[in-house]
Amino acid sequence: MKLPHSIETRDLTRIFKSKNETVKALDKVSLSIEEREIFGLLGPNGAGKTTFIKILTTLLLPTNGEAYVGGFNVIKEPDRVRKIISLVSGGETPGYGILSVRENLWFFSQLYGLSSTAAREKIKRLMADLDFEEYANTRMAKLSTGYRQRLNLARGLLSGPNILFLDEPTLGLDVLTAKKLRSYIVDWAKKEAKGTVLLTTHYMAEADEMCDRVAIIDRGRILACDSPSTLKENLKQKQIMRVEIASVQADFGFIDKMADVIGYSQTRNIQTGTTTLKIMVDNETAFAKIMRQLEKLKILSVSKAEPTLEDVYISLVGRGFEEGEASTSA
Amino acid sequence: MREQLIRNLKVVYARLWVRVKGGNREPEWLIAELIIPMLTLSAYVYLYKMLNAPPEYGGFVIIGGTMVAFWSNVLWNMSAQFYWEKETGSLEVYLVAPISRMAILLGMALGGIVNTTLRAVAILVAGALIFQVPFALQEPLTALLMFFLTIIALYALGMLFASLFMLYGREAWHTASLLQEPVYLFSGLYFPVNQLPFVVQLVASLIPLTFGLDGIRRVIILGEGIADIWLNVAVLVVFILILLPLAKFALNYMENLGKKEGRLTLRWQ
Ligand SMILES: Nc1ncnc2c1ncn2[C@@H]1O[C@H](COP(=O)(O)OP(=O)(O)OP(=O)(O)O)[C@@H](O)[C@H]1O
Ligand SMILES: [Mg+2]
Repeated sequence: MKLPHSIETRDLTRIFKSKNETVKALDKVSLSIEEREIFGLLGPNGAGKTTFIKILTTLLLPTNGEAYVGGFNVIKEPDRVRKIISLVSGGETPGYGILSVRENLWFFSQLYGLSSTAAREKIKRLMADLDFEEYANTRMAKLSTGYRQRLNLARGLLSGPNILFLDEPTLGLDVLTAKKLRSYIVDWAKKEAKGTVLLTTHYMAEADEMCDRVAIIDRGRILACDSPSTLKENLKQKQIMRVEIASVQADFGFIDKMADVIGYSQTRNIQTGTTTLKIMVDNETAFAKIMRQLEKLKILSVSKAEPTLEDVYISLVGRGFEEGEASTSA
Repeated sequence: MREQLIRNLKVVYARLWVRVKGGNREPEWLIAELIIPMLTLSAYVYLYKMLNAPPEYGGFVIIGGTMVAFWSNVLWNMSAQFYWEKETGSLEVYLVAPISRMAILLGMALGGIVNTTLRAVAILVAGALIFQVPFALQEPLTALLMFFLTIIALYALGMLFASLFMLYGREAWHTASLLQEPVYLFSGLYFPVNQLPFVVQLVASLIPLTFGLDGIRRVIILGEGIADIWLNVAVLVVFILILLPLAKFALNYMENLGKKEGRLTLRWQ
């Protein structure tokens, strides 16, 4: 039976049990993703993003619930699912260091039974499109991270999948390479008649820039799911303020406990010795009260901020995304 | 069905090609793989000469050295490569592809055989020339039959191990390395098994290599024929008939267990 959605899950649950703890990595996740959609799963470390992708790519069984990819049941018909998908995990480099880029790509093309002429043409085109033709004869072991990831993405597209799973595709890449890969993926999804992309990320800007729809996931639960603009639109009646403070040690725990505060995030920058607070409140009075407390510290600047996807997350969870680290969502 | 078979054959060939290409790209490896076993062999050959052992013993050692090359390439390296493929993320790519896992392993094994043949021939030739080992081969076809049966049994055993490596990674690796030397000893790579105590012979008979090695030696060194070693052939066939389905089952079982427990592509364990 063919279902209308490209990807569909119903109450998908995955529990990991180990000796001393039980983790609910996914908790009744129900999502439908359409053909030709770029769908993003946005969440912090340990949210369950990779677990979700692994179940859909037949690498992991759910504890409960159902999942369909291209209309096929991932538990009962893994072989049919495998024919129409591919998976690219950021930060990994499948392949053989001792072989050249071209040789590695040829090898992977054989896993999908491509004829040698078809493989040769496709490899050539992908290397040109992703700008790494000059490394065709370089051994994989000698490639930099950015080029490895281009190779990895090319490998994923080689088999001509309908549904592309990308697990943090731009993890650890420089800004330019990340941009290049993002725009290529967006173009690919537009061009392919049936191309669907499910990507996970913890970069806000990536989700915002690329995705038609985004689901925000935290501790295995989907907290919101909509287009980035709608998600941000919903925050319009809230106040979001950005406060920069000349201290990296101060404790801001009090902010949460005050009335009418929805949440806040803090980003410490050790180099400049500053902390940037983003505070979301229901009304101006709440913010005035916070400022009175903060006056004890040296305030460098105060400004009103436009809502971002991070603010959507703060409004749902009450805390920031990557507490304590320098912002990576540039 | 047919289409699937062709796809899997392509996978076998591609994986074989990778192994051969990768294995011969660094010539230093070849030297290490030739010189070290040659030194070990000559030590045994001269030891036997000093002890005034019959000249066939030298031949036994040469054949043993040749076969150990296949043994380590087909069996140990196959499992070890699976482990590495898990570490690099290649295993994940294989498992997501619509292919048989046995095809990947078969490609690895065949690649190992191609690579080893060079080494094996070198050892045989050197054995015949340098150490003056007497060969009395009468039935080359019987020797080939014994050789291929042994290799197939080793491949099945290798698959069985690979299924363990898929899940247990590092722990399986340690156990395998621990087992390597005793297996060499018991299977009679350096000594004829019938010179060892009965209990040891019993343990040794659980390893298919023992029968293969014994058969190949008798055919090549002692000039025996199929009529003399039919028991070895029968035992190897039984091994293969048991091991191949068992290995296929184990691969499936371990993959499913891995999917259930969530350790299929988990690293650093
Ligand atoms: N194979 C496993 N065995 C046990 N626990 C696991 C396993 N895989 C994931 N977990 C746990 O499940 C939770 C979700 O992990 P998952 O890898 O899906 O998160 P993620 O959103 O991908 O995080 P990250 O951003 O770090 O990649 C975590 O608490 C993790 O420790
Ligand atoms: Mg992850």
